[in-house]
Amino acid sequence: MPKHEPVLLKNMLQPGYTGSLADYERAGGYQALKKVVGKVAPADVTAMVIKSGLRGRGGAGFPTGVKWNFLPKDYKGTKYLCCNADESEPGTFKDRQLMERDPHQVLEGIAIACYAIGAETAYIYIRGEFVLGSKILDQAVTEARAAGYLGKNVLGTGVNVDIWVHRGAGAYICGEETALLESLEGKRGLPRVKPPFPATSGLYGKPTVINNVETLANLPHIVNRGPEWFASIGSPPKSAGTRIFCVSGHVKRPGNYEVPMGITCRELIFEQAGGMRGDKPLKAFIPGGASAPFLTPDHLDVKLDFESVAQAGSMLGSGGVTVMEEGTDMVWAALRLMEFFHHESCGKCSPCREGSSWLVQTLRRILAKRGRMEDLETLVQLCNNIAGRTVCAFGDAEVAPILSTLKYWRPEYEALIREAEAHRAHELPMAAARH
Amino acid sequence: MLKEKYTTEIADILSRYPVKRSALLPLLYLAQREQGYVSEAAMQEIAGILKLTPPQVYETVTFYTMLNLKPLGKFHLQVCKSLMCALVGSDILIGWLEKKLGIKAGETTHDGLFTISKVECLGACGTGPMMQVNDDYYERLTEEKVDRILADLKRDGTSALKTGPFMWPEPAPAKRGA
Repeated sequence: MPKHEPVLLKNMLQPGYTGSLADYERAGGYQALKKVVGKVAPADVTAMVIKSGLRGRGGAGFPTGVKWNFLPKDYKGTKYLCCNADESEPGTFKDRQLMERDPHQVLEGIAIACYAIGAETAYIYIRGEFVLGSKILDQAVTEARAAGYLGKNVLGTGVNVDIWVHRGAGAYICGEETALLESLEGKRGLPRVKPPFPATSGLYGKPTVINNVETLANLPHIVNRGPEWFASIGSPPKSAGTRIFCVSGHVKRPGNYEVPMGITCRELIFEQAGGMRGDKPLKAFIPGGASAPFLTPDHLDVKLDFESVAQAGSMLGSGGVTVMEEGTDMVWAALRLMEFFHHESCGKCSPCREGSSWLVQTLRRILAKRGRMEDLETLVQLCNNIAGRTVCAFGDAEVAPILSTLKYWRPEYEALIREAEAHRAHELPMAAARH
Repeated sequence: MLKEKYTTEIADILSRYPVKRSALLPLLYLAQREQGYVSEAAMQEIAGILKLTPPQVYETVTFYTMLNLKPLGKFHLQVCKSLMCALVGSDILIGWLEKKLGIKAGETTHDGLFTISKVECLGACGTGPMMQVNDDYYERLTEEKVDRILADLKRDGTSALKTGPFMWPEPAPAKRGA
């Protein structure tokens, strides 16, 4: 028996479970939908989700039921639900597993959310590279529609829920909810200026809710076992429920581990993921995807819940935990992530578009042992001129790797620069002037 | 022309959205599936179907890395180079592919079979190093595995080493006779 009871991964951990509709039904699937649709008032479903304490699993951690409640009351027109399956935060690979191994759990969650918010159409915006995942979801939607769980007149109740799978085409920014909407509308994925928020003006200008795959997959369980049960797991009241942590990097057993929120980083890395590959000491880890600041071995006893990780100076984010062993070059690591952010900057806001390019160039120069001490000040200045000065949260995210590695491993930057200075001292004046 | 060949598929795609422009990415995928890339003629035709101007289609195509404006090799080897894969050897993987195929990342082999691209995170960080070949993921790669995959692709057009429905760590196998 695993130490922690899995919830979202429970079905797929059963030997032989295929994720087909028949398998899902045998495991108690779609009972939650039957329980609520046409029987519980939509507002009461929302109240149940608020009571459970469920917070978004995509990165920002916003309370799900509260988000639903932002939709205008007594609005009679069309509303939409978008399932954010863009999963592109480096270090994160949980939604892929949820969609490919137990697609009906996600669909049931979407149907319950649609019922609660009064949306008749939902789009699953899945990252373009997940071709297999989109095919599996398409097939599951067809199965569920044929069985009366989706489509017109769900379970004979007169409620309609249509789900369509929509593939993105390779752009990290489309995981940002308003960029996702732009992309779904067939445009370049540029984040919108907020307000208005999607709850009032989202897809096609209609009230829209955007929820992550893992968030939605929790809904059937909250309905079946009650909000009190959910609120008793993890570190309530702020961090209720389980999280699927995606462990990558220098560990013995990388992969997805579902645990109650609030276990320590140490337990996740050294018990669940088997500890360090090659038994070298741990040097650094990122607790919540590429956008989360790096942490050090001193933070191993930090609890993996929203508040504790934030207090430690990072964020729980998307649950992507990347582990680095002793010997990893932190300037190189920061550059790798910075190259990612530079490549994925959508180009809408100048500080991010231009700043990311300058940051990459400066880091490359330092790593190539051609840097100067004043470059470190330049890096910090650039970061401070990006964070908080962009339309979306990308600007805050992209400075995390540099600022946090500078905070904890500044001597590594300085050592590279001192080598560059020693080298320059031996150059002829003319050659030095060319730098 | 896409319209004649894919009449029902296009009608099905259009039926999913209340606003036509939303069908743009799906139709571009259709065009790319047909020709291996998105040609100017295809963009013109799609603009006509969706009542958009050709620049509206073009500006969208150029935003997304998965849409190709030029033909690529028959097998597009996209290797993730982001930090998580780099920690477990993606640079070695890229070097190995370059050596085996005699080309650099960004190039296509003379026989038109293989193109290597270095790409950013593909969401398979726990099973790196990895690459995507056309629609399929290949993960936990080693030199031996890559050699087999390249030979399989050349011979059969696909390889049994591609990842099926993803789960990692893998679940326990079903008990025999249970």
